Amino acid sequence: MSQQPKSKQKRAVALISGGLDSLLAAKLMLDQGIHVEGINFYTGFCVEGHTHAIRKKDKAKPKRNNALWSAEQLGIKLHIIDIIDEYKDVLINPKHGYGANMNPCLDCKIFMVSKAKQWMEENGFDFIITGEVMGQRPMSQRKDLLPVVVRESGADDRLLRPLCAKNLAATLPEREGWVNREDLKDFSGRNRKPQMALAAEYKFEDYATPAGGCCFLTDENYSKKLVDLWQARNKKDYELDDIMLLKVGRHLRPQPHYKLIVSREDGENKFLKGYKKQFSTIEIKSHNGPLTLVDGKLSDEEFRFASRIAARFSQGRDAESVTIKVTRQNGEELSFDISPMPVSEIKQEWYI
Amino acid sequence: MSHYTLDARNSLCPMPVIKTQNKIAELLVGDTVEVTCTDPGALNDIPAWCRINGHSIKESYENGDEVVIVIQVEN
Repeated sequence: MSQQPKSKQKRAVALISGGLDSLLAAKLMLDQGIHVEGINFYTGFCVEGHTHAIRKKDKAKPKRNNALWSAEQLGIKLHIIDIIDEYKDVLINPKHGYGANMNPCLDCKIFMVSKAKQWMEENGFDFIITGEVMGQRPMSQRKDLLPVVVRESGADDRLLRPLCAKNLAATLPEREGWVNREDLKDFSGRNRKPQMALAAEYKFEDYATPAGGCCFLTDENYSKKLVDLWQARNKKDYELDDIMLLKVGRHLRPQPHYKLIVSREDGENKFLKGYKKQFSTIEIKSHNGPLTLVDGKLSDEEFRFASRIAARFSQGRDAESVTIKVTRQNGEELSFDISPMPVSEIKQEWYI
Repeated sequence: MSHYTLDARNSLCPMPVIKTQNKIAELLVGDTVEVTCTDPGALNDIPAWCRINGHSIKESYENGDEVVIVIQVEN
């Protein structure tokens, strides 16, 4: 490891996603004596173990924030920054469009690097590093698009990609000798063996798996729910609660003007209870069953219909009748008995 | 030295961590903050954030469906 005198020690801000590549990129810089601090942006769409941990079936999975874990492995500070509101414009109006689903990967990368540049300037840092690998991802890491990130983020030659730097033109930190270009890497393409070998060299184990993905917007089912939300509201907008709820429960839209969010198990029941004041709810009182949030305004008759659907997912699904309690958003309560809807009557197209 | 409370209930990680981070940025060395969360993941993440950033955990426990973490600001 080359050590720089403290007075001259250069400072880099590393975009830490929690994945292996950003972990390795930061480690390469630390090995060159650079002072590194991590930055992690929270868009609201980040895939976290905890979102999955709402569900009982996933309780066995380790509950950890991978970005924090990476920072701890590296022994660096990590600054987690809420960009939920600013990110809306990136998602709603992506200049470079969407990927296979609702993922605006290129705009997202440009935005995050531009935010990192702002942070760098505000905190007296010298350059930015990312774990990007040329050609690894089809949208944001294509060879011809890497310069777009450099240019449109405004980071220019203060953006260094240690894992593929040798495939790219020398950046300011390399030209100025802040880092030794020869010790950087020339990784490219989708083959992850070089990264895994480097991880083994550094004795990094139990890092987040590359196939896991880090953003719900790359998920087809999640993207469908988001599009449905926008269509139902007739506008492309959202709040944090909206996008959190898209991660939880079964979503059914029996009519265009309302949607049901039916919990799948106890963990989701507990989570959805936190939204009881914001939605009308349907509860099954005579049997164990899901809590259902109702997004939309329903008549009494429609509540009875929706309750039959909710009852289908309760332990009273085969009973002749179950007792229901509906609580309207204004606090008004209704109680009645209904027969659960037969599975054959629940239309597949209702599922979002 | 003052004691503060922070309500981070009904938010999923990393929001409790972000709220804690932002609260601590306003506090002085020696102050303590009691954070209440409903995401059990906070029980791992807030202590991890504190270790990385040099703050200490005075106490952490589960209270029914809630998680409570008491942090002392160290820098």
